[in-house]
Amino acid sequence: MIKAEWFYWLVGLSFLVMAAQMAADRSNPKRLGTGAFWGLIGAGFVYSSWVVTKQAPAEPLGVAVLLMAVLAGCGFTGRGTPRTTTPEQRRASAARLGNRLFVPALTIPAVAMACAIGVKHLSIGGQPLLQKGSETILGLGIGAVVALVVGMVMLREKRLSVPVQSGRGMLEAMGWAMLLPQLLATLGTIFQVSGVGDQVGRLTAALLPKDSLYVAIVVYLVGMFLFTVIMGNAFAAFPVMTAAVGWPVLVGHFHGTPAAVLAIGMLAGFCGTLVTPMAANYNIVPAALLELKDQYGPIKAQLPTAGVLLGCNIVIMSLFAF
Amino acid sequence: MIVLLGVLVVVIGFATKRNPLLVVGVAGIATGLLGGLTPGELLAAFGEGFANSRAVTIFAITLPVIGLLERYGLQEQARTLIARFGKLTTGRFLALYLGLRQIGAAVGLTSVFGHAQTVRPLAVPMAEGAAEQRYGQLPDRTREKIRSFSASADNIGLFFGEDVFLAVGSVLLITSFVNTTYGTHLEPLHLALWAIPTALCAFAFHGWRLLRLDRRLERELLTANAESLAAEAVK
Repeated sequence: MIKAEWFYWLVGLSFLVMAAQMAADRSNPKRLGTGAFWGLIGAGFVYSSWVVTKQAPAEPLGVAVLLMAVLAGCGFTGRGTPRTTTPEQRRASAARLGNRLFVPALTIPAVAMACAIGVKHLSIGGQPLLQKGSETILGLGIGAVVALVVGMVMLREKRLSVPVQSGRGMLEAMGWAMLLPQLLATLGTIFQVSGVGDQVGRLTAALLPKDSLYVAIVVYLVGMFLFTVIMGNAFAAFPVMTAAVGWPVLVGHFHGTPAAVLAIGMLAGFCGTLVTPMAANYNIVPAALLELKDQYGPIKAQLPTAGVLLGCNIVIMSLFAF
Repeated sequence: MIVLLGVLVVVIGFATKRNPLLVVGVAGIATGLLGGLTPGELLAAFGEGFANSRAVTIFAITLPVIGLLERYGLQEQARTLIARFGKLTTGRFLALYLGLRQIGAAVGLTSVFGHAQTVRPLAVPMAEGAAEQRYGQLPDRTREKIRSFSASADNIGLFFGEDVFLAVGSVLLITSFVNTTYGTHLEPLHLALWAIPTALCAFAFHGWRLLRLDRRLERELLTANAESLAAEAVK
């Protein structure tokens, strides 16, 4: 059985190798801090395998995570001059290779699609070939590995250090943004166990007038939107707002169609995801990946659409759910 | 009430543009301690949070091959290819991407597209290439705008497509939450059907905004070019 952990290990090990390259890169004025940051993330990826199975204590990893945040947050990381090709070389190479260049690039989506549709159902000796519930990660991981092999064969590139160096350049360019989504996921859990959700739910329920259907709809949907903006994740907001308003008031008191109320409630949360830096993997990481100067660029492009869609959700629920 | 202070830390931190890692770290420590966690439990929470959320960073696995291909001119080739489709403007191309992303997500193919595997290596050079084809060199400001809108097409296509699929996380979260909490028997199919009206609104409105981006680019770049031509003439 192909397991998700294998690919976490692969990511961890490649981070460790890249960290060694970073630490040795004299063109980077902060080479040691940069190497330490990525080395800690890489080691953390591997060590985590035992944390999720409860075979190793989580506290040392917690210390490492805070250290990573300090390293990148206080400016101890930087970037070297990437060793890569010039724009002229790239144009010449593109002219030579032509559309064949798309073959490895499209291998990733093609393999991901094959895993999602076909390979998911295969099993060998009664064991499913892909670990259940991890098909998305596995599709991407297998796709990337296959694409790398296809690419290296096609480009007749024999040195594995070339893709590793290229990948490292992209990591350095992204910097702290890479760690943010995982740190935010942690914050979400801490918010949960500390009872932030219950407080917000209680506040919302206290503010809600019990007699107006339309006010209740707006409170539920705008509440989902705002709470998602705070938590960065509609999944965290959904149980809280649904327990406070969605179920007792909209379904219980006003007899709304449960499927419509809940589905539209979740979608109002997604509108919140579009506008919050707390949803870093959708909004901040792409800004880093696309080398934007304005880290809020994607959010600004999404803001008007998010606002209009929140309005659409309110109208759709008012018209069809009751 | 006092645990809500952590939320305040986050809001102020992001509003004053402090480094997000520090903001989130401080907010987590403050909320955890105010919420009654011991320092040991707090460290364990940070460790477990990291270990359990590794899936969001898994896209890093695609960076070496994407970097390798970019080194050999993948982005340049994507620009050349888009130039052959003269009718495909930046806005039309991105609207097409939005539609494909949404349909892909609606049939469960969420990881086929994404910021690392398709937006950076393919969609952005194509969207920029289509504009370069018409207006020549793009100013940085325009490049930022096109890239931001490319990212938005991916996100909006994903968010408002995936809920139409039955087996996606959010639909399963809804059914498992209400079926266990309130003892109902909601079917994923009903939830998925109720996601369709918003999905259509999302495609119509964001698609329209993407098409309007063409007119914005035209207005901005023609005046920019006219100004630079005028500057040339003065010389």
